[in-house]
Amino acid sequence: MSETRVMSVGATTPTVVACGADMFADAVADQAVEVERVDWRPPMPGTEADLARVATDPRRTEANRRAVEAMLGVTAHLVDVAPASEVLGLEKGQFLHAGPPIEWARTSGPLRGALMGGAALEGLVDDPEGAAALFESGSNVSLEPCHHRSAVGPMAGVVTPSMWMWVLEDRATGRRTYCSLNEGLGKVLRYGAYNDEVLTRLRWMGDVLGPLLQAAVRGTAEASDVTGILTQMLQMGDEAHNRNRAGTLMLLRDLSPAMVTAGFDGKDVADVLRFVGGNDHFFLNLAMPACKLALDAGRDVPGSTMVVAMARNGTDFGIQVSGTGDEWFTGPAQVAEGLFLGDYGPDDANPDIGDSAITETAGIGGFAMATAPAIVRLVGGSVPDALATTRRMHEITLAENPRWSVPVLEFQGTPTGIDVTKVCRTGILPQINTGMAGAVAGVGQVGAGLVTPPAEIFPKALAALAARVPAS
Amino acid sequence: MKDHVELRSGAYADSVTLLQVSRAVQATPGVLAAQVAMATGLNLEVLEGMGFDVPDSSPNDMVVALRLDDDADVAAALAAVDAALTPTRPTSGDTTVAPPRTTGSALRRSGSGAIALVSVPGASATVEAMDALEAGHDVMVFSDNVPVAEEVALKTYAAGRGALVMGPDCGTAVVDGVGLGFANAVRPGRIGIVAASGTGCQQLLALLHHAGATHDEVGVRWALGVGGRDLSSAVGGTSTREALRRLDADPDVDLVVVVSKPPAPEVASDLTSYVDTLGTPVELGLLGRGQRDLTAVAEAVLARLGHDAPQWPVHGAHNTGPATGPLLRGLFVGGTLCDESMLMATDVLSPVRSNIPLSPDLALAPNERGDLLGDGHSFVDFGDDALTQGRAHPMIDPTLRNEQLARAAADPSTGVVLLDLVLGHGAEPDPAALLAPAIAAARSDRPVPVIVSLVGTDLDPQGLDAQCDALVAAGAEVHLSNAAATRRALDLIGSQA
Repeated sequence: MSETRVMSVGATTPTVVACGADMFADAVADQAVEVERVDWRPPMPGTEADLARVATDPRRTEANRRAVEAMLGVTAHLVDVAPASEVLGLEKGQFLHAGPPIEWARTSGPLRGALMGGAALEGLVDDPEGAAALFESGSNVSLEPCHHRSAVGPMAGVVTPSMWMWVLEDRATGRRTYCSLNEGLGKVLRYGAYNDEVLTRLRWMGDVLGPLLQAAVRGTAEASDVTGILTQMLQMGDEAHNRNRAGTLMLLRDLSPAMVTAGFDGKDVADVLRFVGGNDHFFLNLAMPACKLALDAGRDVPGSTMVVAMARNGTDFGIQVSGTGDEWFTGPAQVAEGLFLGDYGPDDANPDIGDSAITETAGIGGFAMATAPAIVRLVGGSVPDALATTRRMHEITLAENPRWSVPVLEFQGTPTGIDVTKVCRTGILPQINTGMAGAVAGVGQVGAGLVTPPAEIFPKALAALAARVPAS
Repeated sequence: MKDHVELRSGAYADSVTLLQVSRAVQATPGVLAAQVAMATGLNLEVLEGMGFDVPDSSPNDMVVALRLDDDADVAAALAAVDAALTPTRPTSGDTTVAPPRTTGSALRRSGSGAIALVSVPGASATVEAMDALEAGHDVMVFSDNVPVAEEVALKTYAAGRGALVMGPDCGTAVVDGVGLGFANAVRPGRIGIVAASGTGCQQLLALLHHAGATHDEVGVRWALGVGGRDLSSAVGGTSTREALRRLDADPDVDLVVVVSKPPAPEVASDLTSYVDTLGTPVELGLLGRGQRDLTAVAEAVLARLGHDAPQWPVHGAHNTGPATGPLLRGLFVGGTLCDESMLMATDVLSPVRSNIPLSPDLALAPNERGDLLGDGHSFVDFGDDALTQGRAHPMIDPTLRNEQLARAAADPSTGVVLLDLVLGHGAEPDPAALLAPAIAAARSDRPVPVIVSLVGTDLDPQGLDAQCDALVAAGAEVHLSNAAATRRALDLIGSQA
C-alpha cells in the first residue's frame, strides 16, 4: 500500500465497520467489500448527552491510557504478615468492613454477624449477642470501609485490630495493600457466623497461623510474587475469585520450607499446613490485595473513566472511578443466582457482599471465567458460556492484560479496566463470581453463584465524569 | 419417606459440578432431597444437618444421599444421579463469539485500515465516531442531528491525528471506488471530489460518469464527504482541508472538485488560499447566488480535462405540454438539488419559498389547507431534519412526498411539478415503482407537467434505463441534469405567464 493512498480501503483486505442502519452495511457488502457489523443498541436510558460529553473530553484517551498503564505496571510482592493494629494503626473499637460506607442501622445480617463476632473477638463484649446494643449506641465503636485504609476484605470483610493481615507491596513505589487471612468455608465470620467455633478458629489464627505465616514470609529470601502466582493459576483452572486451588498450593510451595524451619512447634506447623492446604480459598485473600494494589495505581487520573473499585457491603453496591476520586456511586446490592448448600434456597441468601469484586475490577474472577469453566456451572451454564462471558467482558474494558492470559482463548489477555462509558453504551454489566451469605446474622454461607452490579450506578458515575469535563 | 446413602470410592467431581448434580437430582419425581458431594468435613456437616446418616468415609469418597417418597424407585433416582454426573458434550461450532457491540470493539477485530461507517441516531453518533478516531481510523458519520459542538470536537481531535471525519450528516462517499451511504456506482477515474453536500456529490458523480463513458480518465475514484456544516464558521472547513490534502498527495488524482452548499465567506476565503498551496488543480463548486450550478461545474471539470460537455440526456419530453397554472412546485428528496433549483428559480421567479429557505424571510408559511405547498412558488426538501424526525429518509420512505405530489397536482394554481429521484447504493431497490404510479395519478385529471431529475448511473443497482423508462411511461419528463430539469421547468412557467 503506497503512502500516498487517500485511505486504505481498497487495499488487499478492504474492510468497513458499519455501526447503525443495516441497509448501509448491506450496500457495502453488495460491492464485495468485507463488512464487520456492530450489534449496536441504544445506550442506558438518558445517558446520551453525558456519553457524548465524556467521549469528547480531550483528556479522556490519554487519561485512560495512563490509568491502564499504571495498573498493569504493578507487581505485588508478599512482604509481611502482621496484626491490623500494627500495619493499619487500627485501634480497639475501630472496625473495617467491606463495600462502601454504611452505618449500623442499614447493615445486613451477615455484616452485623461479623461485626458482633469481631466485637467479641476484641473483648468489647463477652457474648456476641450483646454487641448489637454496642453498635446501636455507637459509643466507642466506628465503622469504616476497608478500601479507605488500603485494604480489602472478602464477604463481610470485617477487620479488627487483632486480626493478622497480609501485606503486599509494589516495590517500584513502596505502596502497600492489606487483607485479612482466609478462614475457610462454612461457618466463618466473613459469612456472618459468630458462634464459638468461629471465634475459636479466629483466636487460633491470631495465636498460631498469623505468627507462623509472619515467620515464614520474613524467613523466605525471595518474597512471593503474588502477581506472578496469579499469572500461573489462571493457566491452571483458577479464576482467582471462586476458584483459588492452584494459587493456594503454589503459595504453600513458596512458604512451606520457611514454615518448617521457623522453629515453631511441629504440631502447629502441621496444623497450619493442613489448614492452608485444606482451604481452597486461602489464596483469595492474596489475590484481592494484589488486585487492589494494581488498581490503586490507576486512581485519580483526571478524565479517566476506568473503574478502580467495585465493592459491596451487603446492602449497597458501590464503585469508584479513576476520574472522580474517592466518590462512591452506589445502588442496591443484588442477590446472586446460583446453587445453594443443603436445604438453603434463594430466600435465605443475603444480597451481594464483599470487596472480592476487586478481582473482577482487575480483570479476573468472573472476567476470566473462560479459564475456569467449572465456575459457570454455578448458574447451570456450559463451557461455551464461560468463553462467551470472558469475551463479553472485553466489550466493556479498556485493555487486555498481557501477563494474565487465557490459554483456551489463544492466550488472549484478560479483559482489563472496566470503562464506565462502555458499560453505559452497551448495557453489559460486569460479571462477578461470588459466594452467598445467609441473610440472617450467624448463619454463614448458603451458596455460591454469579451476580452483577445494579445497572444504575454506572450512569451515576458517568454523570459525575461528565460534570468534571472542563468547559471547552 | 426413605433415605438412601451410598459412598462411591474413587469417584470425583468438583464441588461446583456436584452442586449442580444435586440440584438436578432434586428435581427428579419422587426425590424429596438430594445431596451429592465429596465427603469433606464441611459437606458431612451439611449432610448431617439434613438428617442423613453417613457411614465412615474419606474426603476422597463421593457421597450420594437421597431422600425419597416411600413408593419411589431408588434405581430411578440413582439413574438420575448418573445422568447428571455424565458430562454433556459441547455443541460443535463456536457459538461463543458474539458480534461486537461498539465501533471500537469491531475495529479491534477488523484490524488496521478499516473505515468506520456510523449511522446510529445522532445523539449516539459522536461516541461511536470517537471510537474510530481513537483507534486511528477514518470515519464517515451518516447520522444527522449531531450538535455542532460535538462535530467541532470530533474534527479537532481528528485533525490532531491526521484522521478524516466525513460528516456528520454525510450522506455520500466513494472511497477507492466503493460507495458508502447513498452513493452511485461509478467507473473509477482520475477525478477526486470533496463534498459538503450529499446529493450535490451524487449529481456530480452521475454527470461525470455519463460524460466519462467515452473518456477513461473522466471518472471518480474518491468522493470524500465532509458534512454539510464543514464550511460553516463554527467548523471552519477542517475536514475539507484534510480531504484536499489527501487527494493532493495521491498521484493518481489529476483534478479535485469541491462541491458545497453556500459556505461562510471567511471559510470560503481561507479555503481558496489553501487550494492555492496545492499541486493538484482544484475546481471550486460552491453553490450560491450568482455562482455556477452543478452541471456547469461538471462542464468546467470536463473542460479542464480537455473535453467538450456532452448533450445531457433528456427522456419523455413528448409527455410535457404547457404549464397548467402560474406556480412552480418543487418536491425534493435531495437537499442540495433543492438548493440548486431554488437558486436558479430565484433569478427568474419571486418569491420562492421553502422549508430550507435561501433567506429567513422566504420560509414556507403553512397555508390554510395545512399542506406543505404554500400559496406561491415553493420548494420542499423532504430530507430536511424537521421532516425526517420519527420517519425514514424520503429516499427510503417516499410516502410524505407522494402525498404532497397528489396535493400539488390537485391544486389548480400548480403549473409545473419539479421532482428529483436519486439512485445508487443505499437507496430503494426500485424507487420508480413507488414514484411512477404517483406521477401517473397526479396527471390523471389534468396534464400537469412533471419534470424529474433522475440522478443515477447505468451501474447503479436499480438500473438507470429501467427507472427512466418507468417514469417516462408514467408521463414524466426525465433529465440527468438537475439544472437542465430546473431550466426546463422555469421555461414552462415563464411561457405560461
